[in-house]
Amino acid sequence: MSKEVNLEEQFQARIDAGERIEPKDWMPEKYRKTHIRQISQHAHSEIVGMLPEGNWITRAPSLRRKVGLLAKVQDEAGHGLYLYSAAETLGISRDELEVQLLTGKAKYSSIFNYPTLSWADIGAIGWLVDGAAIINQVMLTRTSYGPYARAMVRICKEESFHQRQGYEIMLGLAKGTPEQKEMAQDALNRFWWPSLMMFGPRDHESPNTAQSVRWKIKRKTNDELRQQFIDITAPQADYLGLTIPDPDLKWNEERGHYDFGEINWDEFWQVVKGNGPCNRERIEARTKAREDGAWVREAALQYAAKKATRNQSKAV
Amino acid sequence: MSSEWPLFEVFIRSKNGLEHRHVGSLHAADDTMALENARDVYTRRQEGVSIWVVESRHIKASNPEAAGELFEPAMDKIYRHPTFYELPIELKHI
Ligand SMILES: [Fe+2]
Ligand SMILES: [Fe+2]
Repeated sequence: MSKEVNLEEQFQARIDAGERIEPKDWMPEKYRKTHIRQISQHAHSEIVGMLPEGNWITRAPSLRRKVGLLAKVQDEAGHGLYLYSAAETLGISRDELEVQLLTGKAKYSSIFNYPTLSWADIGAIGWLVDGAAIINQVMLTRTSYGPYARAMVRICKEESFHQRQGYEIMLGLAKGTPEQKEMAQDALNRFWWPSLMMFGPRDHESPNTAQSVRWKIKRKTNDELRQQFIDITAPQADYLGLTIPDPDLKWNEERGHYDFGEINWDEFWQVVKGNGPCNRERIEARTKAREDGAWVREAALQYAAKKATRNQSKAV
Repeated sequence: MSSEWPLFEVFIRSKNGLEHRHVGSLHAADDTMALENARDVYTRRQEGVSIWVVESRHIKASNPEAAGELFEPAMDKIYRHPTFYELPIELKHI
């Protein structure tokens, strides 16, 4: 017991000194568990996030838009891979991670449970959803767990094109015909609040935040990150000539920040609990992908085994 | 549960003249597939001119708990560094 306490103190001292923790280092069980939960949740979000956007690849309005969107969705698959790999360094298998997603044991960002109804939604997602993700991810490049931080550096390098891609779509629509501008406004109306929810519950309702900050898993709280996002994004909406659907949103000279209205937390918890517009559809799509691909994975293993024995007998 | 594809570590040389560096890992059925997938995932923006993949289980890694006995002996051997040797300042090119 006292040995354990001692190890934990040493561990905290290492974190306080700004040291990174690597896979084989001793770590408190809770640090390991928290990371598996957070990294896998992040990985699942990248993968499930491909679905609402993939929905529009075949219907992109031009080749330029299509190659951009295709490249973005492909990047998200890569992000999922980097993150699953980081989670696996903590001693959980890819299979277990996938099963946790499909059985609902693991969560993913609830933003991806909203449907993409029009092409403008692809613009809004790139601009707002990737924008919100970037704010979180930039913070995470300095997180205490080495493999997670390294995955984040790689991801952040790729993300900025995603957001620019989205904003360019919005810009095109906002400067287009009245109908196009209306589409853009409608997408903003639907994606604004869910984007703010991406930062998670208010600080006083987020029981894990204090520990996460102490372990330098997070370096800023949910509310701080949310404020940062709003401050950056509001002027970008002005530039588009679009209106953010929040009558309380206004610049507060004294605080040096935007004030904003109350988020509908009932909706947030409903979607987290699985009752969002697309929760079932998303999990069904992932389950189908896993089941349809099972024979391919199996066949590839068999083929590899056969090739290996053939090479071996050749060598004799 | 179905058996998982083995895990591979991926190393990339970003350009000739530089060493291969560890960039991440992936699962693949065999090393040929690992190489192809590494190309698709880790070099989408011309990040490399050469790739190595090796199955993770073939890597023997030192244990952090042995860090003391492995690395501490080098700590007090300051005579392995040039600054240990005291020479007059007016001396040039040495
Ligand atoms: Fe991503
Ligand atoms: Fe992205």
